[in-house]
Amino acid sequence: MSQTVPVTLNVNGVEHHLDVEPRTLLVHALRDNLGLTGTHVGCDTSNCGACTIHMDGKAVKSCTVLAVQADGVALTTIEGLASENELHPLQEAFWNDHGLQCGYCTPGMIMAAAGLLAENPNPTEEEVRHGLEGNLCRCTGYHNIVKAVLDAANAKGATVGATSGGQPGVTA
Amino acid sequence: MSTMTNGAASKSYVGRAMRRKEDPRLITGRASYVEDINLTGQLWAAWVRSPEAHARIVSIDTSAANARDGIRAVYTNEDLDMEAGLPMAWVPPGVTVNTPDHWVLAKGEVKHVGDPVALVVGDDRYAVVDAAEDVVVEYEPLSVVTDPEKALEEGSPLVHEKFGTNKVCEWSLGGGDLEAGFAEADVIIERRVVNHRVAGAAIEPRGVLADFRADRLTVWSSTQVPHFLRLFLAILLGIGEDRVRVIAPEVGGGFGSKLQIYAEEIGCAWASRKLGLPVKWIETRSEGMMVTHHGRDQIDYVKVGAKRDGTITAWHSKIIADLGAYQMVLTPAIPPSSAFVMCGVYKTPAVHTDIVMAMTNKFPTDAIRGAGRPEAAHMIEVVMDQLAHELGMDPLDLRRKNFIAPFSEGHETPIGVVYDSGNYEAALDRLLEHIDPAQVRVEASALRERGIYRGIGFCTYTEICGNSPSKGVGPSGFGLQCGGWESATVRVHPTGSATLYTGTSPHGQGHETGFAQIVADRLGVDPSQVEVIHGDTQTGPSGLDTYGSRSLSVGGEAASRAANKVAAKAREIVAHQLEAEPEDIELRDGRFSVRGSPDKGMTLAEVAGAAYVTMEMPEGMEPGLNEQSFYDPSNWVFPFGAHACVVDVDGETGKVEIVRYVAVDDCGRAVNPMLVEGQVHGGVTQGIGQALYERIHYDDSGQLVTGTFVDYALPTAAELPSFETDRTETPSPVNSLGVKGVGEAGTIAASATVTNAVLDALRPLGVDFINMPLSPMRIWEAIQEAKGGVPA
Repeated sequence: MSQTVPVTLNVNGVEHHLDVEPRTLLVHALRDNLGLTGTHVGCDTSNCGACTIHMDGKAVKSCTVLAVQADGVALTTIEGLASENELHPLQEAFWNDHGLQCGYCTPGMIMAAAGLLAENPNPTEEEVRHGLEGNLCRCTGYHNIVKAVLDAANAKGATVGATSGGQPGVTA
Repeated sequence: MSTMTNGAASKSYVGRAMRRKEDPRLITGRASYVEDINLTGQLWAAWVRSPEAHARIVSIDTSAANARDGIRAVYTNEDLDMEAGLPMAWVPPGVTVNTPDHWVLAKGEVKHVGDPVALVVGDDRYAVVDAAEDVVVEYEPLSVVTDPEKALEEGSPLVHEKFGTNKVCEWSLGGGDLEAGFAEADVIIERRVVNHRVAGAAIEPRGVLADFRADRLTVWSSTQVPHFLRLFLAILLGIGEDRVRVIAPEVGGGFGSKLQIYAEEIGCAWASRKLGLPVKWIETRSEGMMVTHHGRDQIDYVKVGAKRDGTITAWHSKIIADLGAYQMVLTPAIPPSSAFVMCGVYKTPAVHTDIVMAMTNKFPTDAIRGAGRPEAAHMIEVVMDQLAHELGMDPLDLRRKNFIAPFSEGHETPIGVVYDSGNYEAALDRLLEHIDPAQVRVEASALRERGIYRGIGFCTYTEICGNSPSKGVGPSGFGLQCGGWESATVRVHPTGSATLYTGTSPHGQGHETGFAQIVADRLGVDPSQVEVIHGDTQTGPSGLDTYGSRSLSVGGEAASRAANKVAAKAREIVAHQLEAEPEDIELRDGRFSVRGSPDKGMTLAEVAGAAYVTMEMPEGMEPGLNEQSFYDPSNWVFPFGAHACVVDVDGETGKVEIVRYVAVDDCGRAVNPMLVEGQVHGGVTQGIGQALYERIHYDDSGQLVTGTFVDYALPTAAELPSFETDRTETPSPVNSLGVKGVGEAGTIAASATVTNAVLDALRPLGVDFINMPLSPMRIWEAIQEAKGGVPA
């Protein structure tokens, strides 16, 4: 093991103190050090978006961030999007609308959609399509993903959108 | 969380759109894909891969890598104590196939970019990559060939010297009198249709975790074929199959690319045995583009003859297939799959396909979504439009003129293939209820002045799926060294819930929901009470896994039969208890009750109580409620449909925008229409991707130009429209469920549909025919050429 540095990761409202190599990617720290395996890796080039999480309420690709850069930042992963035993309106909508097949892109897609709705709570279909173009899905042809995001946005009384450090459902 | 059952609406769960049982774990990030599984003491593997497309290995120096901290071993081919290489499973009767050895680590020479030359194993996932960089390999470059037609020419560089040729084999299939057919024709057209190389590109990269301990091997792999992988691990490593367990955990998409026995799977298992510790490897996307098998890559010379009135008299397809440098498990068996459906949906009296397969210095091709049938549908349907244009006919009139008339109990084509059921006219009629070509023409002329060229294209297709009757596909038939059956076991628990073990192995299709619907209907329980277990060779009977749109028509039928056996035993138990005849017991509203006396009956839980606890059963009946079925279908199944696409082509830039995509598919009875639609959406998108964006491209020196998702363009949400889908239902007579398959149908139809739409748009510009991918540059160049200018 090469030289390590200490880093504090605040993930889903819980603080973790880690020692990591400076080059450790945030996605690997989340997955390998903290066991939060809901965030996935699908490419080496920041194209696929399977690794999307929230940093201070904004959707980012965690394969393109070093763990040390996330020091002290409020992070939310798919595991922290909703509170225990409840589903976030986007999760519910993806389920109802068959917005997933193999499920591998799904956590990143849902986190990206939550980021999108935080910025634009009532998007048009075209805005959803453009808003999600940084996330690749090979199974669904996006048809039902787009439908799910629009349905989640329209869900009455639902608090959708971005999260801030373990406070699921709080609109940024 | 339970499934949405909407219980009052219908008595049958089959036929209902039900949301999936799989989804709660997937939408919450709680699923376990291979990379999510870790074992105590596990090591990581990295592969040293050839940067040369063809070279002799002069030397490999592993000393610097070995000297690094935390590196346990660096292996080369010399260390491998395996007697055989990776398997190829096609032995066609009467045909010699030149198949090179394909070692887990290259022996003496490398044959394509990415060919593995060393395997590094160490403690940390980053450290093994560092060490792999320190392995010094000296190569002596050899001549490279990447074009299959050049590879077949006299004097071409040879990929494998020992054969003295790059030809793998020739293979033909056909029927009818071709010569007479062409002699009778008023019009003959010929086209060179290129079906370029594509990637499966599942979003989950491949991955393996192998654990050899206490004389037993367990392998977790992101695979579509755990049963085949177990067989070959056992053979290649010399371990009894009983001591090898393969688990396909959550698998993040396959599209054929994980229907394979890969070097990394065998190599990690071998290294785990060598080192006595678990070994894990997770593919990077750049590796995936390089060494996860590709598909298509053929040049098709199509010749068709027709009468003036459009009656087709003869059809000949010559396929030059580029197999790449080695042959993987089904590589040379894929191009022949085209030949079985070369009639398409037409009553062409004479049809013949001649295939020549070639080796080049590229990664092998194999099954990618559709595997031979997209190539067939593309060449047939694109050439049908070309023929219509030549004859001055409407492309739909030409199709209708040649449609095989509706049939429900089998139609034998001149090739000798018996289509199970079809009604092509009805699918096209349904399509035209959704889209009016005349209206599109009106829109087109309005757009013209803005420099936008609107076109409409169609495809009426059929395909062959549901692998398959064992005698047809097996050693004495087509020549695959396996059968085509599937297994299922239904185990009812003492409290009345049930588990279905299926030998199929899903990777996104929704078997846990669809198969539960089938079993639930037969046992009188809710689908939420039927757990579906798959993808583990240690649970349930042997199986033949998931590919070729086979799961439902073969595996689903097996599940139905096993559940029916349980129900038959339940009826005997109920009859015994209620003093009735078994024939008089019917399943009604969730109870096995006496016909005509619905108050007299037992639930499945009560029957299970009798079978496991109280033993109140007929004299001599064995305890338990657990039945198994092995089902071998009598024929393949033949889904079909009609698709339409409207595109706008920018006359200035050549950019294509898809305005509408309408799909009518007939996959027989739909068990869960929501899942069917989802398969169509994804399948169509993959076909659109090939037609417009995706291409695996090697340059002349054999370097892979499209090695990441930066260069290999998967469609995103922004490029696609919302799809319009509908179905007709023509039941298959082959199985009791009346089902066909739908996993590949969308892909099979879409590339031709989009291509025909683009060519229709370009016709006013003087462009009659160009090949995929219909990139802005290719279209722009064609437009300039048609104008008489020289493309830049």
